[in-house]
Amino acid sequence: MTATERGSEQGSAQEGTQRAGIITRTFGRLGPGGLGPLPVLIGLAAIWGVFTIANPRFLSAVNLTNMMLQIAAVGTISVGIVLVLLLGEIDLSVGSVSGLAAGVMAVLSVKSELPAVLALLIGILVGVGIGAFNGFVVTKFKVHSLVVTLAGLLGFQGALLYVLGNTGTVNLGNPIITGLAGTFFPPLVGWVVAVAVIAAYAASVLLSRRGELAAGLESPLGPVVARVVAVAVAIVVTVAVLNADRGLPLAVVIFLGFVLFFHLLTKKTRFGRYLFAIGGNAEAARRAGIKVERVKIVAFTLCSTLAAAGGILAASRLLAVNQASGSGDILLNAIAGPVIAGTSLMGGRGSVWSALLGALVIGSISNGMDLLAFNSSIKFMVTGAVLLIAATIDATSSRRRRTS
Amino acid sequence: MTDSAKTAEAPLLALRGINKSFGPVQALTGVDFEVYAGEVVGLVGDNGAGKSTLVKTIAGSHQADTGEILFEGERVEINGPQDSSALGIATVYQDLALCDNLDVVANLFLGQENLVGGIGRVASWIQEPSMERRSLELLDSLSVTTIRSVRTPVASLSGGQRQSVAIARSLLGEPKVVLLDEPTAALGVAQTRQVLALIQRLRDRGLGVVVISHNLADVFQVTDRIVVLRLGRRVRDFDVRNASQEEVVGAITGAEFGASNGDSNSGPAENRDTGEEAR
Repeated sequence: MTATERGSEQGSAQEGTQRAGIITRTFGRLGPGGLGPLPVLIGLAAIWGVFTIANPRFLSAVNLTNMMLQIAAVGTISVGIVLVLLLGEIDLSVGSVSGLAAGVMAVLSVKSELPAVLALLIGILVGVGIGAFNGFVVTKFKVHSLVVTLAGLLGFQGALLYVLGNTGTVNLGNPIITGLAGTFFPPLVGWVVAVAVIAAYAASVLLSRRGELAAGLESPLGPVVARVVAVAVAIVVTVAVLNADRGLPLAVVIFLGFVLFFHLLTKKTRFGRYLFAIGGNAEAARRAGIKVERVKIVAFTLCSTLAAAGGILAASRLLAVNQASGSGDILLNAIAGPVIAGTSLMGGRGSVWSALLGALVIGSISNGMDLLAFNSSIKFMVTGAVLLIAATIDATSSRRRRTS
Repeated sequence: MTDSAKTAEAPLLALRGINKSFGPVQALTGVDFEVYAGEVVGLVGDNGAGKSTLVKTIAGSHQADTGEILFEGERVEINGPQDSSALGIATVYQDLALCDNLDVVANLFLGQENLVGGIGRVASWIQEPSMERRSLELLDSLSVTTIRSVRTPVASLSGGQRQSVAIARSLLGEPKVVLLDEPTAALGVAQTRQVLALIQRLRDRGLGVVVISHNLADVFQVTDRIVVLRLGRRVRDFDVRNASQEEVVGAITGAEFGASNGDSNSGPAENRDTGEEAR
């Protein structure tokens, strides 16, 4: 597959590289090749512009805080989805797993009266176990992940109904569990976190620049400073907005923490490099001595674990788990988000940031439509159209450099 | 015979009497093969002549049924690709096994990244600057100048550049012998010239290079010696300086042996300077 693409497109491809150079130098390499996150950011700005014109309350601190709370759960699930998408695999069971994990946690906490922390831990472990199982079946029996996780989608939905029994709905009352989505930090804490994150980022960027210079490589200071300033502005604005309302929510800290952690894991570590390598050319990865099966099992395990975490966050926000938990549009939004923001379904291309950006796009549409009192019928159709447009822009802008 | 004389004459890699069969099919019959330091050997033959089997035996993908392998005069066992690369034998397969989505540096170092600290072996941080530095030095030393940035994804490189990356990657482990499977297949004229120049630079570094190719024009341009396989046997050797393409084609197809029974499976020494018996 790879060798047949040897064309004579050298000239045009190099022009493309030149063009992308300016953008990637400032924004970093969020996606190898392609246009990076720029089209999504423009799209997001357009969506926000339209909704603000239609209803100025869209950009109010209260509404933006609500939106962040709304996307935290599905965004967390998307982070896991990105990991398996990078491999060129898919996980359709994340919705059901999120519901089941929340259900197990709720039943253990409310009916069995286990301590909240233990119930939470077991809920997460449900995700760990299911993910390891999915990865095992996919790698050992070579069953396509689409089929394995489709079976999981059905099976774990059934498991949720079984766990809930005939009560149907379990209301959550434990302050630790409801506090996950209900806790807001005072403004001072928000600012301390903001300063700490900016300082850590600036330090790491300057440190890696020093490493590059020490190795005798060029590393112009301009883009480095621009990047730090851009990140600092984004963080300060976010914290300012959140502080103008109820403060920095714990759920948002958890979600952004996952994004940051898995961004570092995928872009800076060997495990992350192997995810991309396997998604790009699994045979090449195998020949390079990479333990492909092991990497896949770990990725599926992380994916389901994040799905469980997302399910628990959602339950905490809704203060209940019922038979519909984890069903509906959660799965589809969790996959559509990263794809809207440029993560390829074919593997090897994408970033964890696409989970955040995609969730913001979908969350903005949903939130804005609610503000304007649109019916969900319109909401679904608009979200579908945005997904289609985003995927089309992505396909046409990166056709040259992509071979899969 | 003194030790120094022995090492000067001994081939880097030598195979003696290699037999290999797949079920009823005898792929290799009593094949001898040797590569000396600082030479390029062309391995040619028709489809099914046993070229791939021989290369895979050296690379460790197959094990010979009988026969012995000598590396720098010492008898060695090659039971897997790891053994082969541990000895200092690098193989570049026809499908280059590059990850199109990764940049040149990531491809060069795939599976052997430079690491700093981190949690466990797999979650270790990748040390990009040193890898990038080394990549630039490596490509410079091979005079690969057409790749503008080592941070370019491999997908946007030309066929010749991709082949250069694949060859450069095989050199990271400081091998002594490099096996190249059809390095010029599917390349244009200019790209082919680039790759052939690169192969000559490998020879200049003192490596033993084996080139498997169907393209006799390329083989004649870049190799010092040609070994012809036919139906699993080594049938002829040619010194490139006094051989013609017609003779080699004759040996490949077996046309010239029509009268004198197909397998002149004689040792390589006698056949070294051929040309007189052909015409």
